[in-house]
Amino acid sequence: MNILLYLIPIALTLGLIGLLAFLWTLKNNQYEDLEGASERILIEEEKEKNDKD
Amino acid sequence: MEQTQISNNKTNFNKVDINKLFSPFVKIDPKNNNSIIFKVKNIHCASCIHLIEKSLYTLKNVFFVRVNMSTEKLEIKWVGEKKLADKFAKIVSELGYPISLYDVDNLDNDFEENKKVLIRSIAVSGFAAANLMLISVGLWSSSFETMGFATRELFQWISSLIALPAIIYSGRPFFYSALKVLLKKNTNMDVPISLAVILTSLISLFETVNNGEHIYFDSAIMLLFFLLIGRYLDVLAKGKAKKSAKELLSALGGTATVIKDEKQVIVPIKDIRAGDIITISIGEKIPADGIILNGSTEIDLSLISGETLPKKANINDNVFAGTINISAPIQIEVSKSTENNLLTNIVKLMEKAEISKSKYTRIADKAAKLYTPIVHLAGLFTFIGWWMFADLAWQPSLLIAVTVLIITCPCALGLAVPVVQVLANNSLMKKGIYLKSGDALEKLSKVKYVILDKTGTLTVGKPSLIGSYSEEDLQIAASLAHYSKHPFSRSICDQFNGKLLNLENVKEIIGCGMEGYFKGKLLKLGKKNWSCPSQKDENEIFSEIWLSVENEKKICFSFEDQLRKDTKDVIDEIKKLGITPIILSGDRNEVVKRIAEHLGINDYYSEFSIEMKSEFIRKLKLQNKEILMVGDGLNDAPSLAEADVSISPSTAMDITQNTADIVFQGEKLFPIISCIKVAKKSVLLIKQNFLMAVIYNIFAIPMAIIGLVTPLIAAIAMSSSSLFVIGNSFRLNLKRKKF
Repeated sequence: MNILLYLIPIALTLGLIGLLAFLWTLKNNQYEDLEGASERILIEEEKEKNDKD
Repeated sequence: MEQTQISNNKTNFNKVDINKLFSPFVKIDPKNNNSIIFKVKNIHCASCIHLIEKSLYTLKNVFFVRVNMSTEKLEIKWVGEKKLADKFAKIVSELGYPISLYDVDNLDNDFEENKKVLIRSIAVSGFAAANLMLISVGLWSSSFETMGFATRELFQWISSLIALPAIIYSGRPFFYSALKVLLKKNTNMDVPISLAVILTSLISLFETVNNGEHIYFDSAIMLLFFLLIGRYLDVLAKGKAKKSAKELLSALGGTATVIKDEKQVIVPIKDIRAGDIITISIGEKIPADGIILNGSTEIDLSLISGETLPKKANINDNVFAGTINISAPIQIEVSKSTENNLLTNIVKLMEKAEISKSKYTRIADKAAKLYTPIVHLAGLFTFIGWWMFADLAWQPSLLIAVTVLIITCPCALGLAVPVVQVLANNSLMKKGIYLKSGDALEKLSKVKYVILDKTGTLTVGKPSLIGSYSEEDLQIAASLAHYSKHPFSRSICDQFNGKLLNLENVKEIIGCGMEGYFKGKLLKLGKKNWSCPSQKDENEIFSEIWLSVENEKKICFSFEDQLRKDTKDVIDEIKKLGITPIILSGDRNEVVKRIAEHLGINDYYSEFSIEMKSEFIRKLKLQNKEILMVGDGLNDAPSLAEADVSISPSTAMDITQNTADIVFQGEKLFPIISCIKVAKKSVLLIKQNFLMAVIYNIFAIPMAIIGLVTPLIAAIAMSSSSLFVIGNSFRLNLKRKKF
């Protein structure tokens, strides 16, 4: 049963990382413009100031 | 307030809308950076985004440009002069994107914040629910003997460690709402939910400390997770309406050219006072209600009345804020300051109506009112019964009493409405119908009166050519017309599919029509007194324009705003459903009468103003019958808000669409019928769901009262009742094809 001492924390940490990642994306307004994001991949990249942001 | 002086030159008088000055609205942050947010229309692809962003980035000083496609906002940040804002606006509008100021201070903050709190709560409770289940399954499927005492205790402590913070965090929306409503000495669904969750957590913690068996953390967190999803869907639907009213007012957030001491001064619209004299150029939005002093023009009233045909306006005529000056520059004297002009009044009327509307009690709240006391009394009696009459110690008695609260499962009750609503939403959306408010379906199912606007609702809302014309005449007319954007011209072009003639020297004579030359002959298409001055007989019912070919012929094209194709069928269907249709229109009596008689509607009212319309509805409401309003113009917006439930076509103005509870797409009116039928079905299902929850409780509560419930039974009961409710709700989609 000792294995549980490793497995449970590992499971919880992985889940927690996912949760924190999601909360981080939310905080950074990554879901603000879903339509725009899907269109933006079509824009050819140039050396713009845009990239620096 | 900042005012910028500009010289009194004629060119400024004629420019279209761009000459608005945006600099007074620039915001400066502590680091001395300027920023402004514009509302930009017509962005629909990657190149649009790229074009706008790139052309602004090439400017010096600009260090941040971001187009938000979903919200049509453009945010720009730069250093240096504030005046650059006007340059930006000019660049973007010259690229072909109509631009206006987005000056809605903090308006969506509340709504956005609320939404974010809910999403975060969902994420946290989802995480906790998944991990708790992992552990709970282990606990359910074993006992002290198989698992060992220490492991079991470890599992229980981990459960509580995950659950308690998650419950405290993600339960807040319910706790706050419950607290608020309790302070008002009222009750809603959130009260039993909060109470069940809090008591469950406390008792589970108590049991964990005392190595007990009755640990219900999993049930509590699952309950929160499901309910939060329902709550989120609800909030999403509600948020839109408020936003729109404010956005409409922000359309008035620009500047106007006021004449002071024979100089043109640019003044923010909110600072315009009664008595000011304003110059309005062609294409500019009229910033305030007033009377024309100079010039005669045509005015596009579509914002106010939904009427597509421009209206003539001469000296001493009234003009209204929000309408657009089409054909010639005018000067007006402002009669009312911005705080009480027509547009502001419409928004006020709407807000007032919205408040009275929110008094509606939803089915779920009614259920909660019955449910809360019964369940809590049952819990109380259980406690008293075991403690006083069965000689049990108070701790186990309390435990049993709390299991009664847990097992009654507000989960099924909490899901009964949102699930049906989401499914109804989806099934309607596939038909191009968007449900925006949560309670629309409930109210729609009880509708007894349908009030219909005429222009743009019963009719298509744009003029179409009537009568028959020779191919040659149509060809000449279309060749001229395709240069113009006037609704009549478009209608002629729609009618003609052949090859267009090659005309020379085509130009638009503002306020009159189009002219051009073909093989040396002068062609004119436009108003009668301009193209065919000799022609007489006026006609009252139809709108018309005349085509003249020099020294040859004169032809009259008549237009009529035609009924939608299925209007008559829909009216018949409405009557079959036992609902009374009524027409309320701002149009002339002859026109309304003709349509009402054709459709077989006995109740029709013509020449109704905005206030009369909403007053009419208010009076009708006194009969305590549910009223459905269908309309598309801004003049319908207050009535839409006043009625119990409202529908508008997607061709309606933004503000109207946003006020309406339901918006449908397409040329047909049939979606009204679909909505009513889906609503009736949904409400039936919701009631069945509640009935199921009640039946389930009739079995579960006695079990809990006699103390037979364990955590496993509670979890199974909770999920199975929720699944039954969800399963029953899905029947909505099974029979969808019938509608």
